[in-house]
Amino acid sequence: MLKQFGYFYQIVKGSVITTRHFIVNMFFHTLNLFGIKTKRKGAVTIQYPEVKPSVAARHRSLHRLMRREDGKPRCVVCMLCATVCPSECIYIEATEDPDPDIQKYPSTFIIDLNRCCFCGFCVEACPEDAIRMDTAEIELARYNREDLVYNLDKLLG
Amino acid sequence: MNDVIITLIKIVCALVWFLIITLYLTWAERKESAVMQDRIGANRANFFGIRVIGLFQPFADAIKMIFKEDFTPSFSRRLLHDAAPFMSFFFTAVTISTIPFGKVLKVGGKEISLQVLDLNVGILFVLGMLSFTIYGVLVSGWASNNRWTLLGGLRGAAQLISYEVALGLSLIGLVMVFPSLKFSAIVDFQGELLFGWLPQWGIFLQPLGCLVFLFAAMAESERVPFDLPEGESEIVGFFTEYGGMKWGMYMFTDFMKVLIISCLLTTLFFGGYQVPWMGADGFHFPWGGEWLLPHGIVVLFQVLIFNLKVFFFCWLQILLRWTYPRFRYDQLMDFGWKFLIPLSLINIAATAIIMSIL
Repeated sequence: MLKQFGYFYQIVKGSVITTRHFIVNMFFHTLNLFGIKTKRKGAVTIQYPEVKPSVAARHRSLHRLMRREDGKPRCVVCMLCATVCPSECIYIEATEDPDPDIQKYPSTFIIDLNRCCFCGFCVEACPEDAIRMDTAEIELARYNREDLVYNLDKLLG
Repeated sequence: MNDVIITLIKIVCALVWFLIITLYLTWAERKESAVMQDRIGANRANFFGIRVIGLFQPFADAIKMIFKEDFTPSFSRRLLHDAAPFMSFFFTAVTISTIPFGKVLKVGGKEISLQVLDLNVGILFVLGMLSFTIYGVLVSGWASNNRWTLLGGLRGAAQLISYEVALGLSLIGLVMVFPSLKFSAIVDFQGELLFGWLPQWGIFLQPLGCLVFLFAAMAESERVPFDLPEGESEIVGFFTEYGGMKWGMYMFTDFMKVLIISCLLTTLFFGGYQVPWMGADGFHFPWGGEWLLPHGIVVLFQVLIFNLKVFFFCWLQILLRWTYPRFRYDQLMDFGWKFLIPLSLINIAATAIIMSIL
């Protein structure tokens, strides 16, 4: 019976914590209801479809291919990304570039997002900084699988 | 004839109040738990685009429940399987008939007591009807004809019966102090003053009894710290084979129990509809002042204060439900038999000793 009294104190302490949360949050909810703007909000919830959450700078989102100053893709078709990709979702075809310094550019560059696991290895492997995953585009659900196959035009944006 | 109509109106009013408040308890539970956990809670349900902080959520839930398939497993005992939720529901719903919402309302020279049924054995009636809800638990466990629901039903019955003992014993001290088992007499008694200034509420006369009653009654409502019959997270409860509105009725019964426990706590321990220092004609303060009010205002005040008290205890129960983890089965039995029952026996002995001295 004494043992039960031992945790009685902790039981009261627990309900004091939840009551405090309730009262403090309710106070800010009430202020907001009457149109008084406070820095602190009653809840940490983001009303998602209406309010977009901010994506962290290092978050790995949808890929994009970078361009040179003249608008051509930076990619030189070294195939490092396609090689390192664990999901084997990158398919590249090369074409000869008239500029001898560049030598090759991709005529086809397909990332199959159905397979992509967003590991970011392709970004790390790229020696030309041609591919990045910083578009902050995270709503990638589609009704068809075909829509998730991103080709060169879509990736260059 | 007039009396029959008045009684019918009273029944309808009490039942509608009971069901509407219960419906909104489901909403209140979701919102309160959300606020406690720094969330917002259900706020999307709307009616032609109008969403008033999710106030239409209970109706959306009810519509969903009603239009779900009424599934009955082929191996269940059909009649009992269908009847069990109604047993729980009915026996919980009838208890509201004894709760006084206010003293009397005088309309055209007629005195209408704001209580459906003023039984001489009010407390016993409520306890008895709450005991009958055990049959809903047991029958549903058995009629589902599934070994796990049977186990769940037996666990539920064991828990309910254990805590029924503590619940009854915690009220014995109260019955010793109060002049009657009649709810109207109990509430009238609590309107008097102790030492000339303190309202003579049950909580001041029976603090220990109130605590035991709160715990035992929470266990009766089968909600989380004591949710052995359901045990969503680990075991199979007694209503596993139910779906749709029949399951909804079990959930609704849980919330009805929360509300009826709040009503009982208010009526027995917190003065019912009594406002401190308010009599039939207004306030008479112990320090000499008085503030006289017309009859209608007084009745309105009584009903309002009763509702406020009930809402406070609903809030408290939801708070406790969302604060504590659940008991293990043996801990639950220990708590009931080794802690609450000795405590209520001590309460009875102490009450008897004090009463014989005074």
